[in-house]
Amino acid sequence: MDITTTYLGLKLKSPIVCSAGPLSEKVSNIREMEDAGAGAVVLYSIFEEQIEHEQLELAYHTTAHSESFAEATSYFPEPFEFKLGPEEYLNHIRKAKEAVNIPIIASLNGKSIGGWTDYAKKMEQAGADALELNIYLLPSDPKKFSTEIEKTYIEIVKAVKSTVKIPIAVKMHPFFSSTSYMASQLTNAGADGLVLFNRFYQPDIDLETLDVVPNVILSTPMAMRLPLRWIAMLYGRINADLAATSGIYSAQDVLKMIMAGAKVTMMLSSLLKYGIGHIADVTTNLKAWMEEKEYESIDQMRGSMSYMNVDDPSKFERANYMKVLHSYK
Amino acid sequence: MERKKITIDGNEAAAYVAYNTNEVIAIYPITPSSNMGEWCDAWAAVNRKNIWGIVPSVSELQSEGGASGSVHGALQTGAITTTFTASQGLLLMIPNMFKIAGELTSTVFHVSARSVAAAALSIFGDHSDVMATRSTGFALLSSNSVQEVMDFALIAQAATLEARVPFIHFFDGFRTSHEVMKIEELTKEDMKAMLDEDLILAHRKRALTPDNPVMRGTAQNPDVYFQGRETVNPFYIACPGIVQKYMDKFAKLTGRQYHLFDYVGAPDAERVIVMMGSGSQAAEETVEYLVNKGEKIGLIKVRLYRPFSVDHFIKALPKTVKSIAVLDRTKEPGSSGEPLYLDVVNAISERYMAGELQFAYPKIVGGRYGLSSKEFTPAMVKAVFDNLLKEKPKAHFTVGIIEDVTHSSLDFDPTFSVEADETFRGKFYGLGADGTVGANKNSIKIIGEGTDYFAQGYFVYDSKKSGSTTVSHLRFGPKEIKSTYLINKAHFIACHQQVFLEQWDMLREASEGSTFLLNTKVDKEHVWDSLPEKVQKDLIDKKMKFWIIDAYKVAEETGMGGRVNTIMQTCFFAISNIFPQAKAIDLIKDSIKKTYGAKGDKIVQMNFDAVDKTLENLFKVQVPDKITSTIKMQPPVSGDAPDFVKEVTARIIAGEGDQLPVSKMPIDGTFPLSTTKWEKRNIALEVPVWDKEICIQCNKCVIVCPHAAIRAKVYEEKDLKGAPETFKYTNFKSKDYGENMLYSLQVAVEDCTGCELCVDVCPVKNKKETKLKAINMSEQLPIREQERLNWDFFLNIPELDRRKIAVSKVKDSQFLEPLFEFSGACAGCGETPYVKLVSQLFGDRTMVANATGCSSIYGGNLPTTPWAANKDGRGPAWSNSLFEDNAEFGYGFRLAIDKHNMQAKELLKSLASEIGNDLVDALINSPQKDEADIYEQRERVAALKKKLENMLKAGSNGKTSEVKHLLSLADYLVKKSVWIMGGDGWAYDIGFGGLDHVLASGKNVNILVLDTEVYSNTGGQCSKSTPRAAVAKFAAAGKPVAKKDLGLMAMTYGNVYVAKVAMGANDQHTLRAFLEAEAYDGPSLIIAYSHCIAHGINMGTAMQNQKAAVDSGYWPLYRYNPELEIEGKNPFKMDSKGLKINLKDYAYMETRYKMLTKSHPQLAEQLIKEAQDDVIRRWKEYERLAAYDPQKAEAGA
Repeated sequence: MDITTTYLGLKLKSPIVCSAGPLSEKVSNIREMEDAGAGAVVLYSIFEEQIEHEQLELAYHTTAHSESFAEATSYFPEPFEFKLGPEEYLNHIRKAKEAVNIPIIASLNGKSIGGWTDYAKKMEQAGADALELNIYLLPSDPKKFSTEIEKTYIEIVKAVKSTVKIPIAVKMHPFFSSTSYMASQLTNAGADGLVLFNRFYQPDIDLETLDVVPNVILSTPMAMRLPLRWIAMLYGRINADLAATSGIYSAQDVLKMIMAGAKVTMMLSSLLKYGIGHIADVTTNLKAWMEEKEYESIDQMRGSMSYMNVDDPSKFERANYMKVLHSYK
Repeated sequence: MERKKITIDGNEAAAYVAYNTNEVIAIYPITPSSNMGEWCDAWAAVNRKNIWGIVPSVSELQSEGGASGSVHGALQTGAITTTFTASQGLLLMIPNMFKIAGELTSTVFHVSARSVAAAALSIFGDHSDVMATRSTGFALLSSNSVQEVMDFALIAQAATLEARVPFIHFFDGFRTSHEVMKIEELTKEDMKAMLDEDLILAHRKRALTPDNPVMRGTAQNPDVYFQGRETVNPFYIACPGIVQKYMDKFAKLTGRQYHLFDYVGAPDAERVIVMMGSGSQAAEETVEYLVNKGEKIGLIKVRLYRPFSVDHFIKALPKTVKSIAVLDRTKEPGSSGEPLYLDVVNAISERYMAGELQFAYPKIVGGRYGLSSKEFTPAMVKAVFDNLLKEKPKAHFTVGIIEDVTHSSLDFDPTFSVEADETFRGKFYGLGADGTVGANKNSIKIIGEGTDYFAQGYFVYDSKKSGSTTVSHLRFGPKEIKSTYLINKAHFIACHQQVFLEQWDMLREASEGSTFLLNTKVDKEHVWDSLPEKVQKDLIDKKMKFWIIDAYKVAEETGMGGRVNTIMQTCFFAISNIFPQAKAIDLIKDSIKKTYGAKGDKIVQMNFDAVDKTLENLFKVQVPDKITSTIKMQPPVSGDAPDFVKEVTARIIAGEGDQLPVSKMPIDGTFPLSTTKWEKRNIALEVPVWDKEICIQCNKCVIVCPHAAIRAKVYEEKDLKGAPETFKYTNFKSKDYGENMLYSLQVAVEDCTGCELCVDVCPVKNKKETKLKAINMSEQLPIREQERLNWDFFLNIPELDRRKIAVSKVKDSQFLEPLFEFSGACAGCGETPYVKLVSQLFGDRTMVANATGCSSIYGGNLPTTPWAANKDGRGPAWSNSLFEDNAEFGYGFRLAIDKHNMQAKELLKSLASEIGNDLVDALINSPQKDEADIYEQRERVAALKKKLENMLKAGSNGKTSEVKHLLSLADYLVKKSVWIMGGDGWAYDIGFGGLDHVLASGKNVNILVLDTEVYSNTGGQCSKSTPRAAVAKFAAAGKPVAKKDLGLMAMTYGNVYVAKVAMGANDQHTLRAFLEAEAYDGPSLIIAYSHCIAHGINMGTAMQNQKAAVDSGYWPLYRYNPELEIEGKNPFKMDSKGLKINLKDYAYMETRYKMLTKSHPQLAEQLIKEAQDDVIRRWKEYERLAAYDPQKAEAGA
């Protein structure tokens, strides 16, 4: 039985890919992911903003009080060399590449064109097999046109694409006015793949302290419904590989996503919950299901339940929502 | 050979040669020498190799005494070894120096010469430290300039190996150690060429080794000791010749020829000055100028002062000499003259007596100059030469001050100047925090290294740690610069903060046709009207060019925050036309890359953006021909100040301290308290404003305020009479002090530093707008006037009766008047809230022994002192002895107080029948446990004194002496509280031996360790308190070992009260510990977590760091009270609750830990893991202590 797949032109031994997250901060975990049967690993995201913030913070705190007082013209040893760029991340790419044979996909979260292209190039040089661009420009300014924001997305993708030779995927969010249009525009701009969807930091309120606080909640299996629909809708209609992420816990989830049209399915929350070994369990169950149902390969089922291949595509559209509500009653 | 030209300061020049030519380096921080050790440690941390291809071993010791001991040991074991020090540090090395010299051991100590503390400490330069080592047997070699520092460091190293006489190579603290100068860098080949390999091997061969054992350091008796001491004579006789030999060798290598005594001036000079150190440069400059005008004068620059070669000295003198003035930069009270003077007199006298003087016996006078970096200018040099013209020149004179008591000073004409016109002179007034000095250091490097010009930079700082002012003095030009004094006629003056214009008459120093650059928020059209009258007048009268820039705007737009450095630097280059504009921009950008490259691309880009944006915001303003302003300069203090403050303090504040005559100075270093309140600094742009509607009156803001600038009072309604309209008050939410009481929280906006700690700790949030608290930051300027009136009114509201205050609660304790206010400590200082708390709780009966360090500087550096007295004239009596002896010093307080108290009691008993038994009994037996007891005892003492005075009037019944003595001792019948305070550098390192001894003494002293975990005052060097995994100076690669557990060590005595506190984590716990420690009749030790700018944190939220430190278990709160043990209880009480967060979550809030992850990532990972293990291990140990049940233990036994 063949569970191999391709993604961004890379040949993967399995459609189960580890999504960007804290688990990939350790090379030993990456090795474990490979051993458990992962097809590829998307490394944790590097944030241009964070690197800049660290630089500013370090520069500020090491110099803020210097040259103010005769007895102490500075308060920290003279730095000869700080590793302040993405070096740590680049080293991590190198180490990961040395440690495993499966593809390593670097993940980049930038905020300026300069940062995107510069870091992307460095990641390619460090040996990343592909890049995942994690673009999210929070549209907080009520005076800003949506088209302007969309244009920035496109420009970023074009800029990165023209800088590197390795394939790139764009991790989309589901909040565009037209997801399909944006998917197609991003593809036209050079995205080799689209990852559906990004889950963002969602702030919470602490009622005791009256503070806005981060509150990370792992995705639940319910979360897969959103990408499931959009993968099904986009499959075969845009010229890019589709990757499913959010709420993928079981072999059934993987199967559904592939049938909707995904090239790969990405897991993180389930691994955080059950451990990296969960990949092996899902793989076993996946194979068992395929065997039972007599599927020969992943390719065979891919897109079989997509918008273009189901008997009633409208079930993926708005009317479907009404019926669901109805049936619930 | 073409050598590299570099622009560096004296300390770096010395460190460069020392690092390259030594194998072992022992270091300890002391201003102004600390930087030499810092350079060596930083170079070693990146494995920089020296001329022998090795990385020297650089180790910090616990004191200079320790450093010299290790130097001695390393030398005895054959390593080429050095150290760096100054002042008191050098004095601590003296015992070892006798040994090292006695054993004929080759070494060089590099000393940035500094004043030795006498009636006052001074960090600045003179030769009193070096002169104190004359009898040790060390050779003394003096450098006068930064170039000479590099050259002589090498010459000394070469000479000592051959001479076997150890050397002090010294140069003037600050004037040379911190002066940035363009010099020629010696190469490694130069250094190799100068050092004779055979001599190095010979040095090593003399090492103690078990493979060829000998012994040194024997004890000798009267029969042979004397002879042994005389064995070294040939070495001292040979030494000067050896030094000259290496000076000649050096000249061949580099072209720079030096002599033991260098003469400059007219070959037929009749008047000659003899001196050494940086002042020689100014003297040489003056001599050249006056010789060109036909004067027959000259100067001898003394290089090798010890061994003093009479031969070489006499040969250096012109045969035409008729009178000599010998200038000493030191003072030896009671001597017949200062040391160099006596040496010169002796040299000439000896040669005269031997009949070998080839000229008539000249007049010789000696004088003192330049103590503590006092300016030494050509005007003073001229005054010295003019004195020599007199029939009877003034002897034992002083120059540079007005000495109006014994009238020793020479008059001089301050307008006399010899500076070359072609030398550019610029002065830049900046705020410490705005980066002005850093930018000017870069500018002088750019000019020095980008042109053929000579270049010099010197930087002056005031003594405040917050809102300090800096003045940069930059000179450059085609002529060699020997002007070792501040600029007083400038071609260019830049004012980086407009507020300075009302404080300093900076254009007084502008020369005609010069340029003035002002950073201002006012636009081109209106700026003229914003200038003070005096500034307008100078701009017009001196035909000055006037440029403005809104550097704040550019900084804001380019993300530079408050740092206007790069912007002002760009303006300077754009206006001064040193380079074509495009080239200047390129050079600035190159310099930015060099300076900030290591800090990341973002920083570089931000500075580039600032440069690019500057020019479009720089405008030339046409100077009108009429004065329009009515703005006057601000007086330094208000007219209500006491006379001393007006006559002395105010002049120091105004920068006129140099003009104060000797008669105005206290004779023994005694100064009045309560003077900071007269120095309204107005340094906060934003200040806290109280929202009385939502305030819960917890007073947490009051207890954390490092500057006592926010205070609370509870009072009766009648006290509101005459309140200004804007004065705020509300009902007091408690009936503890009576019905219908009012409550006010008032901010001293002119004294506040704007640190925001108060806002951060405020627990209340506005229900409608959660960003608002019960105090919120607001612009200071619009409310300054009204709040000044409110503050004055608030101060006049009566204080609560101390007897009624429930001091054991945070809220109530903060109604106690602080007797430590408005210090010059850093904004948001972590130490001062503890110091202030002591002053509130016990201040009116406290004596403070303060170790040298931050707390002695913000506590006692002129012009003003934050220690204050209350309305009854009582307050903390404060003194600083030394760095190393503070515990012993305070112990001395206790011994004397106890003795006085005992004597008073004895006298009471002997006079009981006259005084009355009831009063005597009450006085002797008063428990004095609380404020009410103390109050009653004071009443009794007052009654006693009255009786005693009446007895004196009535003849004292034949007991006049007893009555007088009792009168003088009566106040000691009131309990006194001794507080011994200082930082961790003192308590953990240099003063630990004494601290330990005092703890062991059982005496009732309270030791407060303000633990910042580094030597904060000297710039953040590592101490034994520094935590593992944190970066500090002298631990550039992270501290590899755990912090010393001082508290646990103290507990082992069993009779010491010990508490570890962190106000930001638990203020109530802190308060309780302070009260218990003071109440305990024995030694107490409080170790107080004190956040610090040297941690690289946001000071406004630093109390959160304290909390995180406690939550992580790194800083467990506990109290060990021996009194509990007497009650059969466990004396140890753990007051922290569990390990709530990982160490990383606390540590990586702070740059000191975080930066290691960026410089040494793998090491950082390992060290933080080890540090986490430390936390757990220690936590378990404390848990074990806390679980101890004495009763069970007894039953078990």
